[in-house]
Order: sequence, then structure tokens, then C-alpha cells
Amino acid sequence: MSTLTAVVPSPARQQGLSAHLRNIASIAWRSLVQIKHNPMELLDLSVQPVMFLLLFTFMFGGQMAGSPQEYLQYALAGLIVQNSVFTALNTAVGLHTDVAKGVYDRFRSLPIGRPVPLIGRIVADLAKQVWAIALMIVLGLIIGFDLGGGVGGVLASVALLLVFTLAMSWLNVLLGLVAGSEEKVMMFGFTIAMPLSFTSSAFVRTDTLPSALQFWAEKINPITAIADSVRALLDGTPVGNSVVVTLIWAAGLALVFFPLAMRAYRAKLS
Amino acid sequence: MTIASEYAVWAEGLTKSFKTTKALAGVDLAVRTGTVHGVLGPNGAGKTTAVRILTTLLRADAGRALVGGFDVTAEPARIRSQIGLTGQYASVDEMLTGAENLHLIGRLLGLTRPQAKTRAGELLERFELSHAADRAAKTYSGGMRRRLDLAASLVGGPRILFLDEPTTGLDPRSRGELWSIVRELVAEGVTVLLTTQYLEEADQLADDIAVIDHGRVIASGAPEELKSKVGGQVLYVRPERVVDAAAVSGLLAGIAGREVSVEGDGLAVPVTDTKVMPAAALRLQEAGIDVAEFALRRPSLDEVFLTLTGGPAEDAVPAA
Repeated sequence: MSTLTAVVPSPARQQGLSAHLRNIASIAWRSLVQIKHNPMELLDLSVQPVMFLLLFTFMFGGQMAGSPQEYLQYALAGLIVQNSVFTALNTAVGLHTDVAKGVYDRFRSLPIGRPVPLIGRIVADLAKQVWAIALMIVLGLIIGFDLGGGVGGVLASVALLLVFTLAMSWLNVLLGLVAGSEEKVMMFGFTIAMPLSFTSSAFVRTDTLPSALQFWAEKINPITAIADSVRALLDGTPVGNSVVVTLIWAAGLALVFFPLAMRAYRAKLS
Repeated sequence: MTIASEYAVWAEGLTKSFKTTKALAGVDLAVRTGTVHGVLGPNGAGKTTAVRILTTLLRADAGRALVGGFDVTAEPARIRSQIGLTGQYASVDEMLTGAENLHLIGRLLGLTRPQAKTRAGELLERFELSHAADRAAKTYSGGMRRRLDLAASLVGGPRILFLDEPTTGLDPRSRGELWSIVRELVAEGVTVLLTTQYLEEADQLADDIAVIDHGRVIASGAPEELKSKVGGQVLYVRPERVVDAAAVSGLLAGIAGREVSVEGDGLAVPVTDTKVMPAAALRLQEAGIDVAEFALRRPSLDEVFLTLTGGPAEDAVPAA
């Protein structure tokens, strides 16, 4: 027998939890190793957060809070949250591209669990989140952020951000599956993410806002809750009820969008 | 013999509708184990839908299909471990290198890391991609890309291979290479289901052909059977001197009363009356035209397709 039909050694270990986990790891590896060949993605993941952090701190800092240092102390949490929300859009764009280009059907023609390609992508996207968060915190420390919450605060922030972005990723999965084109995914994603992150406490204190906007920012917008949580955790100050509100939001998002995303995912099969 | 042992792929009454369009309106297929089965049809005929159902990517609305003896709806996982799929959609990841793509698929097929690495190396070598193994697939040429797609579908050593329009858009040389790989696979006992818009391709490769149009199989059989089904014959004349072509053309048109087409250096005209042949021979001699080739033959698949579908086939294989 030649190479073409060579008997491939025992490829029969595709059942059970360990096989699923191994396959998820393989798909996640694939998403991460892509970065190597796509400098744009590295730019997206690294240069963008760094740029925003430096611009906000040194351009706006003086006018916003009296000094870049003061403002950095306030805005770092907001910048991290905003960056997480934007980075989470990668799930939508990546999934859409995979489906459109046929990579997805290649995966589905293989003897792996049906949700494996999706879970692998989400795992990789969470890893990218951790990278971006770490990058921003380290840079923040270099330019003078005072980490009152210590390592514990950092770990708690990362955990909370991951819970929140995981919940949001179902919305992004849905978006990636139903949108007609990559441009539409991006446009729709930004249309939600941009106003949501700016009409919150991420970059400004809400007490200067007009009353209607203030009500929206303080009482409704989930970005306020998570930005306040991360800020308090990094500063080591009391979190109040913001963490609970964030978790309720995460649960709500997951409850609504997980079933919808799964339905859209299965519908691609019939 | 049971269906499962005789036919690697067997389908009956497959139907599938998308929102407003009926993609398949009852397709029957029987692919004998160890043969190449060509599914021939124009764009939008339902070829890809049929392949997607048979490879468990899509569920049929009605009908039954067995692949490798397993039911597509009941045991899709069993089917996925013994088929390979290459097509317009089942694609490699452009952002990964050739080696990474094959390695990933090997891992997802349950190979260990060393096994996957070895297998990727073998296939890259076999498909003459070793030099580009560590380059991202997006930098590959069309032919290289298609070879990588095919290699990807062979990682698991499948017994049944689905090739959905494998040569669409390829230059003649790459197409020839792909054909010889298909022949090699079949020689080793792999069953191939191949869809194509190119009549020449089906004629060259397939043992059996199913002609599909508007979601239905409108004719099936061996290429020769299909040709004889259409009936009629073609008189082919190739003059010794190319300058005589115009004269021959006029002469044949006069005798047969049908339109004459150019094929290579010769001319072809459909004939129904057996008296045409001796008449043509006589007139050519009278006109003093030396003839290099003079033959009566069955119609080409192009002509078959035209007769069966009532419309012209898609453009023939592009020249470039």
C-alpha cells in the first residue's frame, strides 16, 4: 500500500471525556497558532489595548482627572473591560469566517463531538482575553498604576472578566452564525459594544451625566457593574453589590443567548 | 450480496428543501464499492447538497442513505471515521501551515502527536508540498491548495472519498495530476464519489455516472451506456492538410444537413442516416481532399448532456 491509503494506526480513541478534552485542546491550539501567521491578529490583541491605554491616560488624563496618574487609577479598569468586550467579538468574527470558508465543515466531517469545534474556539478566545488583560495590567503598573488589590485582586478581576465574557460569547456565537457577512458581524458588534462601553462608568464618573443618561449608566448598563467591580478589585476597595450585579447579568446573558446560540448552531446542520 | 457490501454509498429518495428552493427532489444513488462514481450536473443541480447529506453535514428531509454500510441519520459518527471529504466548502485553514493543517486533522482523528506528525510528513511528501510545509496555506497557489485539501481528506486513510468539484478552477496540469491521484486511490480499493460540471472529467474517471439536474437523477449508467442511450452517431473527418478544413466543413454540412462542429484539427457532424458515410467518402474523393482520419463514433458526453437536460452543459474545462 502506498502513502495514500496507508493504514493509519488505531484512530479509535474518540469516545469519552478525555477524547473530547483532547479534541477541544487541539481546536484551541489551532486558534492560537493562527496568530503566528496573522500579524493583524497580534496587532488586534496587543497593540490596540496598549494604544488605548496610553492615549486615554496621557491625552485625556490631565483634563479628566487633573493628572494622567489620577485618571489611570480610575480608567484602567474601564479600559480593560472595554477591551474585553471588543476582544470577545473575535469569537463572532472567527466563527463566521470558519463557517464561510468551510473550515467548519471540515471539522464536522471528522469523528469528533459536535460542540467540540465551538468549545475549542471559545477556550482559545478566553486565553486571548487573559493575554490582553495581563498585558494591560502590566503596562498599567509600568506607567504608575497603584495596585491596591494585590495579586488576589488581579486574579479575582481576571476570573470575573472571564465569567462575563464567557456569558457574552453566546451572544457572539449567535451573531457569528446568523450574520450574512464578516463586515456585518463587525458592524453589528461595534454598534452594540461601542455605545455600551462609553455610556457606563468605564471612563467617567456617572455623577456628571444628564439624569436620563445617568439612570441608564448606573442602573441598567451592565458595563458599569463590571467596570466598577474590576476597579474595586484592582484597587482593593469594597466592591459593594457590583460583583453580584455583574454575575446576575452574566447569568441572564447566558440564559437567554446560550439556548439561542445552540439552536442556531444545530440549525446549521439541517 | 447485501446492499452494504456491494455499495459503498447507497441512497434512495433523498429530498431536501431550503426555505423556498427544492435542492433535491428524490435522488437515488448506488456507488459500487471500489469504483469511481461521477455525479454530473450544472451549477445548482443539487450535487453539493447530495454530497453534504452523504457526508453527514446536512440532514435530508426524506429518504434513506447508507455510507459504508451505516445509516447517515442513525450512525453519523461511524461514517465520519471512514470517509474523506474534499470540496468547495470542506476546506483547510488558510492561517495554518500545510503541516499544521494535516497535524491538526490527524489529532482530531485520534492519532497521537508522533503519529500525526509522521502522517502529515508522508502526505506532504506524496503531494509534493514538503517545500511549503511550513508556509501558511493562504500563500499556496490554487493547485497546491487543492492538493493540500485532498491530502487533508486522506489523513485518516478513508475507504470512501467524496470529492466535490475537485478540479473546478484548476489549470490543465493540476487537473491531470489530480486525476492520476484519483486513479491511484481507486487502484488501491478506495471508493470515490466525485461531482463535476465537466463532462470530460466524468468521462475520464468515472465507472458509472449519474446525471443530475434540478435535484433529480435524470440518467445513470456507464459512460458508454449513456452515450448509446442518446442514440445517433457522429461522423468525424480530419483532413490531411489543415487548409482543407473549410472545404470539408461545407461538404459535410451539405450532405448531413446538420451543423458541423470543429473538434481539434477535425470536423464532426451528427448523422442519423447511414447513407451519409459512403456519400461523404465519395464526395471527399471527388473533391481531391486527402483524409487523415474518417470515423463514425458515438456522441460525446457533452452531446449526451445536451440531449438529457435540454440545455447546454456548463462551459467545458477552461483552457487556462
